[in-house]
This record gives sequence, structure tokens and C-alpha cells, in this order.
Amino acid sequence: MKAQVYITLKNGVLDPQGKAIQGALGHLGFEGIKSVRQGKFIEVEIDESDKSKAEEKIKDMCEKLLANTVIENYRFEIV
Amino acid sequence: MKSAVITFPGSNCDRDMQTTIEQISGKAPIKVWHADTQLPEGLDFIALPGGFSYGDYLRSGAMSAKSPIMQEVIKAAKKGVYVLGVCNGFQVLTEAGLLPGTLMRNRNLKFICKEVELQVANSDSVFTKKYNKNQRISVPIAHHDGNYFAEDKVLKEIEGNGQVAFTYTDNPNGSIGNIAGIFDKDKRILGMMPHPERAIDKLTGGVDGAALFESLFST
Repeated sequence: MKAQVYITLKNGVLDPQGKAIQGALGHLGFEGIKSVRQGKFIEVEIDESDKSKAEEKIKDMCEKLLANTVIENYRFEIV
Repeated sequence: MKSAVITFPGSNCDRDMQTTIEQISGKAPIKVWHADTQLPEGLDFIALPGGFSYGDYLRSGAMSAKSPIMQEVIKAAKKGVYVLGVCNGFQVLTEAGLLPGTLMRNRNLKFICKEVELQVANSDSVFTKKYNKNQRISVPIAHHDGNYFAEDKVLKEIEGNGQVAFTYTDNPNGSIGNIAGIFDKDKRILGMMPHPERAIDKLTGGVDGAALFESLFST
């Protein structure tokens, strides 16, 4: 089974990299960009046939390593 | 005092830390490798050096915080062994949950390598007792991810408990509350982005970092 994990900065946490991307897009002539937030996308393949067990494992991985819950939120889909 | 310095793959200040400890305490620290599963017996002090462990993959310090030896460092810290984390070592301590908050990319997105002025925010600890409160000292920084962040509630706690060890007088990286270094609640663990171990010799950038090690080794 494969999980697609999305890690994003929590609201209120400054994202200087997102701001830099926003600036660069502006330099390229893209107008009307309200904000850019940068995050991470991680794919995890696990040997598990039970979907709910897989979800439990992925959640544990997110809590323990993949996300830093001080500043980041995570969500994932099993595909 | 029996000391150890942990080396992770990508640590690059471990030699500086070892030399400083030996010079100031008169006793060479034991070198410990990240994959070791046991710490030497009877340790009083563990130092986590600066560097770019695991190439800063995922987040600075995230991989090292899960390495076998860190599980032992966490246990030792909980028993009261003094722990100092400098730069990457500070990042590892936050990722390991031994210190609150986290270190994010510098506000200006640049790697900053320069001498900075710090103010001693709390001189009532084993690490800072040879400084005076509010004393200003000059210590180098060299980091990309030194922008300290903690949510409001945590920040208030840290500040209220006297857990702020050092602040920047001219904030270089965007750290919340100008924080350059913090203690745990018991003030037995110190994490800081500036490098006191690089400021112990007049020939190489001043001696303002020496008092930190003199404080610790006179304990």
C-alpha cells in the first residue's frame, strides 16, 4: 500500500521560503498572488494490506518523524 | 567531571568541542559515535556538537534525534546528566523533545556566518554562573536554520521560568523573543545556536565563550 503524506506549515508560522517564491513569481509577471506557502510531499510504500492498520502506522510515522508538530500539520491519503 | 562528545554523520564541530572541553576541564572527553547503543558509564556531561548531521535531511536535527545513541542521551538527560547542544546540537535537542520549540530557516533565508553580540539572560545555571546577568558577550554563529520558534503559550512559559539563557542584541535570524539559547525547566540542558566552543582563544575570535565551560567544569 502507498501513502501520500502532505506536510504543511501551521497557520501563523512565518514561511520565508514561501514569501521568496511569491516574490519570484511576481518578478516573472504573475499577478494577483495572495500568498504562497511551501510544504513537503512524501510517499511511503508499506507492506500492509489492512487499510486501517496502514493508516495507524502512517499516523505514527507522521507524529514521530515526518512532521514536526510544533510548526507543521500533516494529512495523508492511502492510495 | 566525565564528559562525552557525540559525533553524528555530518557533525563538523566535534573536534572543536573536544578540544575546548579538554583545554578547560583538563580532561579529554570520550568520543561517542551516533550508532553506538550505549553511553560510557558514569557520565556527568554530554555535548552535542554543531554541523550538518544527515545533511539536514527532512529537518535539521530530525534524523539524528532518532539515532540509537540519542535514545540513551534522552535517558541520561532525564537522570540529570548535563547536556549542551550547540548549533546542530541545539536542533537535535529540540527534535528529540528535550527542549521546547524548534529552529526554522533564517528569516532572510541566508546562511549567516559572523560574530554576534549576545546578552546573558539568566546567569543562575551551571552553564552561565560565571557570567553576570545582562552581560554582553561576543560569540560566532554559523547557521542556516537558527530562527527559533515556539508557540505563544510555550514562549511565555520559557520566558516566565527563566529558561532563556542568551538573547541576541541585534537579532540576525528572526528568532522569536531574540532567543539565542534556552534551558530545559531544570536548567541542566542548554541548547544554543552560537558557538561558545569557538570563542575560547584570543587567536581565533575571542574568549567570551570560555566562561560557559568554566562555569560547567567548576560545578
